[in-house]
Amino acid sequence: MTAMTASAAGQKLCSCHVCNLVSRREQLSVQAHCPRCGAFLHFRKPGSVVRCWALLIAAYILYIPANLLTMMETGSIFSYRKDTIISGVVHLWKTGSWGIAVIVFIASVTIPLLKLMSLTLLLVSVQRRSRWHPRQRTRLYRLVELVGRWSMLDIYVVTLLAALVQLGAMATVKAGPAAVAFGAVVVLTMFASMQFDPRLIWDPLQKERNP
Amino acid sequence: MTDMPQKPELSDIPDAVSEPKRRFSIQLVWIIPIIAALIGLSLAVKSFMDRGETITIIFKTGEGMEAGKTKIKYKDVQIGEVKGLAIASDRSHVVVTAELSKDARGLLVKDTRFWVVRARISGGNISGLSTLIGGSYIGVDAGTSTQKRDEFVGLEAPPAVSMDVPGRQFVLHADDVGSLDTSSPIFYRRMQVGQVISTEMDRDGKGVTIRAFIRAPFDQYVKANSVFWHASGVDLTLNASGVKINTESMVSILLGGIAFQTPQDQLEAPPARPNSVFPLFITRDDALKHVEAVEKYLLVFKESVRGLPVGAPVDLWGVTVGEVTKIDVTLDPAKSELSIPVEIQFYPERLRALSRNKSPQAKPPDSRELLDALVARGFRAEIKSGNLLTGQLFVALEFFPRAKPAKIDWSTNPPRFPSVPGSMGELQKKLMQIVQKFEKMPLEELAGDARKTVQSLDSTLKSAEKLLKNVDGTVIPEARSVLSEARQSLGEVRKTLGAAQTTLGGANQVLSGDAPLQLDLRETLREVSRAAQSLRVLGDYLEQHPESLVRGKREDKQ
Repeated sequence: MTAMTASAAGQKLCSCHVCNLVSRREQLSVQAHCPRCGAFLHFRKPGSVVRCWALLIAAYILYIPANLLTMMETGSIFSYRKDTIISGVVHLWKTGSWGIAVIVFIASVTIPLLKLMSLTLLLVSVQRRSRWHPRQRTRLYRLVELVGRWSMLDIYVVTLLAALVQLGAMATVKAGPAAVAFGAVVVLTMFASMQFDPRLIWDPLQKERNP
Repeated sequence: MTDMPQKPELSDIPDAVSEPKRRFSIQLVWIIPIIAALIGLSLAVKSFMDRGETITIIFKTGEGMEAGKTKIKYKDVQIGEVKGLAIASDRSHVVVTAELSKDARGLLVKDTRFWVVRARISGGNISGLSTLIGGSYIGVDAGTSTQKRDEFVGLEAPPAVSMDVPGRQFVLHADDVGSLDTSSPIFYRRMQVGQVISTEMDRDGKGVTIRAFIRAPFDQYVKANSVFWHASGVDLTLNASGVKINTESMVSILLGGIAFQTPQDQLEAPPARPNSVFPLFITRDDALKHVEAVEKYLLVFKESVRGLPVGAPVDLWGVTVGEVTKIDVTLDPAKSELSIPVEIQFYPERLRALSRNKSPQAKPPDSRELLDALVARGFRAEIKSGNLLTGQLFVALEFFPRAKPAKIDWSTNPPRFPSVPGSMGELQKKLMQIVQKFEKMPLEELAGDARKTVQSLDSTLKSAEKLLKNVDGTVIPEARSVLSEARQSLGEVRKTLGAAQTTLGGANQVLSGDAPLQLDLRETLREVSRAAQSLRVLGDYLEQHPESLVRGKREDKQ
C-alpha cells in the first residue's frame, strides 16, 4: 500500500494521454507537449473535477423530467396509455410481470440514481481530499464505468417498440419526452465518469506522505 | 521500493516540450449543465403552462366512464380527460373529476353543458356509434356566459341543439304531448326549421310544456300571433266534404312533430320575443280558428236544444262564422221559467273580410257598431235543423225583418245577442195548432150523421132490389120470343149464303192457275212489259243524244 503512495507526478513524470510516453516535466507552471506525438501533457486530467461536476449536475437536472414525463405512449383502438417509467413499472407489476418489473426498475431507476450518487460521492471525497477507503472508492468508480452503458435498457425498449409497433389506428407506440431526457441522463453520467480522474482519489495519500 | 532501481533509467525519460501556460478562465463544460437546466426549466414551465383546469361534473351514473381513459371532447376534438370517478358522500350521484387542457379554459363558463356520449337509438336518429368501439366520452357544449365556473352538473341526454346554433327558443303549452319527443321536428311551410328541445309535465299536472327551438333565420317567422299545432302522424278527417288526409312529412308521420303558421297579414309584424309562450293546438283547423279574434255572445233560447252539440257551427247564410262553446240550463224562479243560455264564439274578422279587402289601410269597423246596426235591421240568431235524419242542430244568424225589435245587451258578460224561436219550434207549434183544431172538430156528431146516411142507403138498396125482381118477371118472356124469331131469320140468311158460295166456286174454276185463259193473259202482259222496257231505253237514248233523230245512231268508240 505504502509503495503505491509514491506517484509519477511526485517524480515530475508525466504520461502522454495519446501515446502513453512517459516524459519528465521540470517546469510545472508552463504547458508541456509530448516529445513524441506532440499532444498536451497533464499530470492529471485537466479540469476533471469541474467537468465531472458540470456533467453530473446536468444529469441530475435531466433526471427529474426523465422520471416525471411520459416515457412511452401506447395507443390501440381499445385503450390509450401514457406511461412514465414508474407507472410502467407499476403497470408491469400489477399485470403480473414481476421479473420484468424488477429488471426495469433496477435498470431504469436504481442504476442511474446509484451512478449519480456514486459520482457525487467520489467528487465530494476528492474535493475534500478525503483519505477514506481509497481502494473501495476506486472499485466503485470502476463499477460505475462498467455499468454505465447498460442502463440504456429503457431507451432500447422504447426505441425498438416505437420502430416496430406502427399499425396505424390499431396500435401505435411513441417515445415520450422523458425518453430523450433519460437518454441524456445516461450519456451525461457516462461522460462524467469518463471525465473523472481516479488518480485524484490517491493524491491526498501521496501528498500526506510527501509534503 | 520501486523508486531506487528505476532511478538510472529516469535520465532516459525525455523532457516534455515546454510552452507558456495559457489560462482558460471559463470552463466551457459548464455550458452543459446550463443547457440541461434550461431544458429542465423549459419542460417544467411547459408542463406548468399546459396544466389545464380541473373541473368536477356531477352525473347520475358513471356508466361507460373510466378514470384516465374517458376523454372530454368538444366538437369531437379532445380537450381533456377524466382523472377520477368518485361517488358522492350521499351516494346519490357520481362526481367526475376531469382535467381540461388550457385551450379549453374559455369553455368553462356557467352555461356550458356536459353529457356522456353513448350509442343512442331514439326515434329517427342513431348517434354515437363510434363510442361502441372507442368507448364513451363526455361531450361539451360551450356556453355563452362569461361567468367562470368549475363545477358542473352533467346532462343525462345530449342537448338537442347546441348553443352555437343561432335561433330562438319558444315555449308551447299543450294538453298532452302526443307523439312528440326531444328532437321532434318543427315545420314551417312543410320545411323543417327546428326541433323540440324538451318535453316536460307542468308542475300542476294539468298539461305539458314543450320547449321548441327554431333555427335562424326561420325564427323570425314566429310572430306574436303565430299558431302552433301538432303535426304528428296522419290527420284523417271524414266529414260531409269527404275524406281529408293531412300530414306534414314522412318523418312527422313516424315521429310526430310540430308545425306553425303565421297569418298572412301578420308577416311584417316584428318577430316574437324568445321564450314567448304559445298554445299548441291539436289540429291545424283548430289552430287556424284561433288565429282570428274571438268574441263571445250569449243566446238565450226557450226551446229544446236537443241535437245542438258544443262545437256546432254558427252559420250565416251558409258561412260558418262561429261555434257553440257552452250550453247551460237556467231556471228563473220568479217566473218559474226554464231557459237555455247558449254561449257562442263569433269570429268578427269573417264579417269584416269584405270591407278589409277593399281598403286594407282603412280601420276595420268596430264590430259592436256593426252588429248593433245589423240587429236593428232584424239580425237574429235561431236554432235550425242541419240534418233531419240525425236531428243535428246549428245556430243560424238570419235577418227577420218582421221580428220584434231587440238590441244586443252589452251589459252582460258575454253580451246577450237577441234570438228568435227556431224554425223547428215554430213548426212544432203549428203542428200543435193543427192538432188542436182537429181536436175541436165535432167528430161524434159527424159519425152519427154518417151512420144515418148509411141506414137510408141500405133501404134504398132494398127497394132497388125489388124493382129488379119486377123487371125479371115482366120483360124477360117478351125478349125470349123476339130471340126465336131472330133465329129463324138467321137460318134463311144462311141458305142465301150457300147459293152465293156455289156461284163463286164456278168463278174460281175459270180463274184457276192452269186455266188457258189465264196463261194467255200472262204472256200478253209479259210482251207489253218488254215493249215498255225498250221504249224506256229508246227514251233514255234520245234524251242523251237528241241529235240522233237527225243524224242517226253513232258508232260506239272502242
